[in-house]
Amino acid sequence: MTIEELRKIAESEREAQNKFSHHVCVCMAAGCQSSGAADVRDALLKEVAESGMRNEVHVKGVGCMGLCSAGPLVAVETDGKMYANVTPDEAPEIVRDLDTGADSLKQLSAEDPFFRRQRKIVLENSGVIDPERIEDYIAHDGYFALVHAITELTPLEVIQQILKSGLRGRGGAGYPTGLKWSTVAKTGEQKKYVVCNADEGDPGAFMDRAVLESDPHRVLEGMAIGAYAVGAQKGYVYVRAEYPLAVKNLKTAIRQAERLGLLGNDIAGSGFSFHVDIRLGAGAFVCGEETALMASIEGKRGTPRPRPPYPAQEGLWGCPTLINNVETFANVAPILRHGPEWFAAIGTEKSKGTKVFALAGQVSNTGLIEVPMGITLREIIHEIGGGVPDGRKFKAVQTGGPSGGCIPEEHLDSPVDYESLARVGSIMGSGGMIVMDETSCMVDVAKYFTDFCRSESCGKCVPCRAGTEQMYGLLCKIAASQATEADLALLEELCDLVRNTSLCGLGQSSPNGVLTTLRYFRKEYEAHIAGQPCGACRPEKEAEL
Amino acid sequence: MQTYLGPPQLPSDDKRWKIVDATARRYGREPHALIETLHTVQETFGYLDEIALRFVAATLRVPLSRVYGAATFYHFFTLKPQGKHTCVVCTGTACYIKGAPALLSAIERQHGIKPGQTTPDGELSLVTARCLGSCGLAPAAVMDGAVLGKIAPTEMLARIQKGMHP
Repeated sequence: MTIEELRKIAESEREAQNKFSHHVCVCMAAGCQSSGAADVRDALLKEVAESGMRNEVHVKGVGCMGLCSAGPLVAVETDGKMYANVTPDEAPEIVRDLDTGADSLKQLSAEDPFFRRQRKIVLENSGVIDPERIEDYIAHDGYFALVHAITELTPLEVIQQILKSGLRGRGGAGYPTGLKWSTVAKTGEQKKYVVCNADEGDPGAFMDRAVLESDPHRVLEGMAIGAYAVGAQKGYVYVRAEYPLAVKNLKTAIRQAERLGLLGNDIAGSGFSFHVDIRLGAGAFVCGEETALMASIEGKRGTPRPRPPYPAQEGLWGCPTLINNVETFANVAPILRHGPEWFAAIGTEKSKGTKVFALAGQVSNTGLIEVPMGITLREIIHEIGGGVPDGRKFKAVQTGGPSGGCIPEEHLDSPVDYESLARVGSIMGSGGMIVMDETSCMVDVAKYFTDFCRSESCGKCVPCRAGTEQMYGLLCKIAASQATEADLALLEELCDLVRNTSLCGLGQSSPNGVLTTLRYFRKEYEAHIAGQPCGACRPEKEAEL
Repeated sequence: MQTYLGPPQLPSDDKRWKIVDATARRYGREPHALIETLHTVQETFGYLDEIALRFVAATLRVPLSRVYGAATFYHFFTLKPQGKHTCVVCTGTACYIKGAPALLSAIERQHGIKPGQTTPDGELSLVTARCLGSCGLAPAAVMDGAVLGKIAPTEMLARIQKGMHP
């Protein structure tokens, strides 16, 4: 496969697509599928066939369009119309309007802040291409960056471009990607691995899932470029077994890329070989931690080990291993395609590019968004998210999953970047963002996250295994108004201990939920201790769980 | 020193063992295929019993303790047979604050089972998931493979009823 051959595939695909005068895209990602997108697509196909427009209208299933709360979504690419909450009965009208140009159904406006305020790099193809066809990805400039890199650039040049772009790990910690790549590249070993961390365990996060479902080739391309840069021959994608559609689309993508010679032996005649295999997770949150993830790939229990040595020096089976998150790999091809300067121009001084967030909870527009770094939380929640529905009042936004914290109203104007979020006590995390309104009791929320950490603790180190258990017990006491001031002091002491003495990130960050709610909503804790209403507790919340 | 006498015999004539064996073979019966092989067992048999654990240990030449360790460490694996129908309620953060606890207590009132339990007649299992990734549709649940979004307790019970007695 040379650049010329790639160009030919892209051209013939574009030609085939241009034969149609209308492209009707139906979101077939998991969110819309559970709202009945498959029936809508079938109804549209049937309608097109019955009205004899099969040669003019192309109905295709695409990946996530973002606005999951309004699914199933249908977009008409040619005239920019977008329909929400589509039912199969509306198919005839949608098809008729294509012809007449009339607007007989209610549409979403492209001027809506939900769409207007976003900036798409990682998700540029999501909701546009058919994830099950490699040709569609190639027609959208896919795999050009890979072939360009391995035929025209040296591994060192690739690493320099990534370094210059300022890309930082999107898994949460924000380690500079180029630095990680150059560490792996510098090791003298012969055998190296590339691992893509798609074990998206944070409850409330579904960014990686959407990328894998909607644009799997982008991740494979990023991995292959990474492998070329560091000198690896074999790659693994470690993906949750709970994401069947992502696994299926990824498998199809690997097969297609191998068939075209974009993965496998001697890619593009360059002598560079790279094979990718999928490994399924099995429902262990701790496996998102890189050393635990590697243990799991090796078929062991997913328990972390102390670092150093870092995976970059000693990883899978003792070989140097490059581990990056899905979203990090998804940024690689665009950086090579548009140049590192283009990427570095987006975002803030220390956090470059964009970030994908999964916006959920008590907010009008829930779904997947991609925003430039540096945007404020207020803009995300109140403009893109459309604010809190039903006239209720905003209380806090939770970022970073169980390792993150709750950010209150007064900090909503802090920009979204790695450092600012850390300053207010939370973390960027992988990108879950859950909005809570006045009906959420913050003691209950802290209890929920501590319960999560306690049951997900792998049990290897004592502070995490026993500490989270004790924290949970104290929180239960506080929530049930059976605690004293001394219990609260003990809880704070425990948080400090668990944070400073746990072995891995899960343990070290597990007190974050308690610490941030204590910092910003201490009154609710005190109300619970005093046996007074905290202002949010609802009877049904007291039930199981 | 023990001599390796080749892979063990399949536990029975059940054709499903051949599927399990195929997974082990695909990875060259290497110990690192443990989790993948357990996935195949669970996919084909629905759960992992002692016969399966012993067979996987023998075929991959991994100590039984390590097989049992992995099978109990990962939440995805279950050592108990599941009911004929399975209802999964998501308890991710978004679902939790939007009413997952109400779904669970409604099911418990109606069917008398808590998360992780199966009704005595073996008809219905109730399971919770950490996060289904359908947070945009919270609260979410899965009844026999069909994802239900923005579901209320009464509707949930109706869907379970419909699933069990179509």
